[in-house]
Amino acid sequence: MTKLDSKIPEGPLAEKWSKYKASQELVNPANKKKLDIIVVGTGLAGAAAASSLGELGYNVKVFCFQDTPRRAHSVAAQGGINAAKNYKNDGDSIYRLFYDMIKGGDYRAREANVYRAAEVSNATIDHYTALGVPFARDYGGTLDNRSFGGVQVSRTFYAKGQTGQQCLLGGYSSLSRQINTGKVKMFSRRDMLDIVVVDGKARGIITRNLVTGEIERHSAHAVVLATGGYGTIYYLSTLAVGSNATAAWSAYKKGAFFGNPSFVQIHPTSVPVLNDYQSKLTLMSESLRNDGRIWVPKAKGDKRPANEIPEEERDYYLERRYPAFGNLVPRDVASRAAKERCDAGYGVGDTGLSVNLDFKDAIAKQGAKAIENKYGNLFEMYEKITGTNPYKEPMRIYPAGHYTMGGLWVDYNLMTTIDGLFSIGESNFSDHGANRLGASSLMQCAGDGYFIIPYTITNYLADKIREPRLETNSHEFDEAEKAVKEKISKLLSINGSRTATSFHKELGKILWDYCGMSRSEEGLKKGKELVDNLEKEFWTNVNVPGSETELNQELEKALKVTDFFELAKLMIHDALDRKESCGAHFREESQTEGGEAERKDKEYSYVAAWEFNGKDKDPSLHKEDLNYEYVEVKVRSYK
Amino acid sequence: MKVKLKIWRQKNAKAKGKFVTYILDDVSPEMSFLEMLDALNTKLITENIDEPVAFEHDCREGICGCCSLYINGQPHGPGERTTTCELHIRSFKEGKTIVVEPWRAKAFPVVKDLIVDRNAFDKIIAAGGFISVNVSSAPEANSILVNKEKSDEAFNSASCIGCGACVAACKNASAMLFVSAKIRQFDLLEQGKVEKIKRVQKMVAKMDELGFGNCTNTYACEAECPKGIKVVNIAHMNRLFIAAKVGGQKEV
Repeated sequence: MTKLDSKIPEGPLAEKWSKYKASQELVNPANKKKLDIIVVGTGLAGAAAASSLGELGYNVKVFCFQDTPRRAHSVAAQGGINAAKNYKNDGDSIYRLFYDMIKGGDYRAREANVYRAAEVSNATIDHYTALGVPFARDYGGTLDNRSFGGVQVSRTFYAKGQTGQQCLLGGYSSLSRQINTGKVKMFSRRDMLDIVVVDGKARGIITRNLVTGEIERHSAHAVVLATGGYGTIYYLSTLAVGSNATAAWSAYKKGAFFGNPSFVQIHPTSVPVLNDYQSKLTLMSESLRNDGRIWVPKAKGDKRPANEIPEEERDYYLERRYPAFGNLVPRDVASRAAKERCDAGYGVGDTGLSVNLDFKDAIAKQGAKAIENKYGNLFEMYEKITGTNPYKEPMRIYPAGHYTMGGLWVDYNLMTTIDGLFSIGESNFSDHGANRLGASSLMQCAGDGYFIIPYTITNYLADKIREPRLETNSHEFDEAEKAVKEKISKLLSINGSRTATSFHKELGKILWDYCGMSRSEEGLKKGKELVDNLEKEFWTNVNVPGSETELNQELEKALKVTDFFELAKLMIHDALDRKESCGAHFREESQTEGGEAERKDKEYSYVAAWEFNGKDKDPSLHKEDLNYEYVEVKVRSYK
Repeated sequence: MKVKLKIWRQKNAKAKGKFVTYILDDVSPEMSFLEMLDALNTKLITENIDEPVAFEHDCREGICGCCSLYINGQPHGPGERTTTCELHIRSFKEGKTIVVEPWRAKAFPVVKDLIVDRNAFDKIIAAGGFISVNVSSAPEANSILVNKEKSDEAFNSASCIGCGACVAACKNASAMLFVSAKIRQFDLLEQGKVEKIKRVQKMVAKMDELGFGNCTNTYACEAECPKGIKVVNIAHMNRLFIAAKVGGQKEV
């Protein structure tokens, strides 16, 4: 078993990053021109990395599967982006932001990385502002903040409910500027299907041109994956339907360890599953819980319309169970509580799988206008989807798969266990431990791309200046391309009776039931068996029409699903290993008498980094022990 | 409910396209428009009727700008401030044929079926739709003060999702609404003023070069924009463009 080296610099926490930067290797401008870097993904992290590396003078190739880099799914983030500016004079600091993230992550994140993420957060806000991101402002012309995610300070910068879109478009504009200078070359409508490793180093990728079907080879001195999370593995999630795990999964199969794959955040306030053909769950921002009250009927199976149920027959279960935090408990707690009520038979709606989020009291107190000012766009969105008016009757909400804390294991350099392969943003396992706090995702993605990777990748490339540009005709490229082509041919030749989507949907349901909000040994084992059987059926019964030499969306879907099957099994494997409850991972065997999550620090205070051993073999577990020097590890309580 | 669809089918950019009619018997009014197309594709594949219809989509919550579709002669179909992915079948009458086409514009060539190439928008942004500031050289955020009303207006302009409905709605296939929204966003912000002349000249030149048409003030773009981008942006851009010329600013 190799020992993981997280390469955390020596010295006090607050000085580690400064010391790193002061002592790292550099590459002079003339030599940067000789070095090529591939960036995959153009969300907040990818666009940031590509543009900042282009500004430095590297030759950058950047890839996305959409028709344009401006559509990456960071665009859909609603609430905000955190930074420790302390503009509100309310006691915020880098240390406090760091502390909140460590605690919010239920003590399963690495201190040094999280501190650095907090440390660079302020520069991110400066940069986005300078790029013309129209953050909300106060009357004096300064930037405004709001509170978010149950922390005690107001540190969230926002642009109405479109913070992700505005930050992404800021990042896209500076990426476009670099494309215009020629330093960055953009390849849109490309799926990355494999990573090419030469002499133990990441030296290229294999992509499929989604318009022509051509399989393409690209080489570089280093590869950066900014390919996002894998929440779409549940089929129904808040992610874009095109989001996928393929890039990260191909890296895993080539030797990059996968960190904490079972850590998936289930967001508590999504529009519920309304019918069987639904393709997507839409998030309703967490901020709604500031004014909305969550309840279900006190009587089981009470099917009366919400407005006809009198006050005394309503169970405001979050306020009842968690009097101190009420409706503002963290995401994981709110999600589990909703599931508990629905499973016990108190859920509302046709399916019984939703709870009420009621604004009646807030409207009575503050007036409809005030509520509209705060949440107008969300109410409008809800009405468009459901056809019901949340000013008049409660919203119905239910938890949905949202964000994956798990991802490729990286060291302090954000480098995976493959030399020269970096992973940034949501695609790495990173900074959020077992549960992410609201508005910290945009913060991490931008920080990774603008202020961390330009330094750490330079440090890596410093001794590569004499390595000539790699030709793409080596046997490593041949083999990678051959494997991809064989897989595609196989998929096209099966000619079965079910669509790739129907398999994806079924896989998603299995995972949701057995490796979703609540997990047990028995359920996980059953889930594994079901996934195994479904995967076998897939490879004999999927129907992928069309050919490989054209735009073929069914083939794209099928390719993604093949990776989801394999990843699903790793998620289950990881969830089985972790016989504790922590953050978003709730093991039924590990709970208190009151039904709350019970963390087991003595046995499980580690990052589980999994190594691929071959398709039909169990992966090996490598543990990165988590030692907390600067925060005291406590039990989270919201009672 | 029963839905009759007349859909534009085109194998690739070079092939000749045609309308093909399909009937779906069991459509729920609660389906989104794209879910209805999913159902159609499932039927086409599993009953071996035809190749599935290619259409663009991603976030399915009205923010990424992927989805397009010219439905019954309207970009993004009926419904104000609604993208195709937010459109539901309950907006259509049973029995009426629904005609689905791709965006039609010289600058947006068809890639396949209902998918068009909107890369021209990226080229316009790359020509000047940015503020030239490198990472690490930004001043402290609150050292740039921006009037709140102007900032809010900049936000309104910035909420464009780049879907191209404005171009599809315009009889001249003009991109003026898209281009002017970006120009006005930056012009309203203090940090965008430094490059305002160069920006308007470069972006307008690129827009003309790419084959987008002129604006003849029919306001169809504003009416069809799913994000409510206003034609006031176009007026703003024109003023800036003319001022740049009259003011004797050097063409760049």
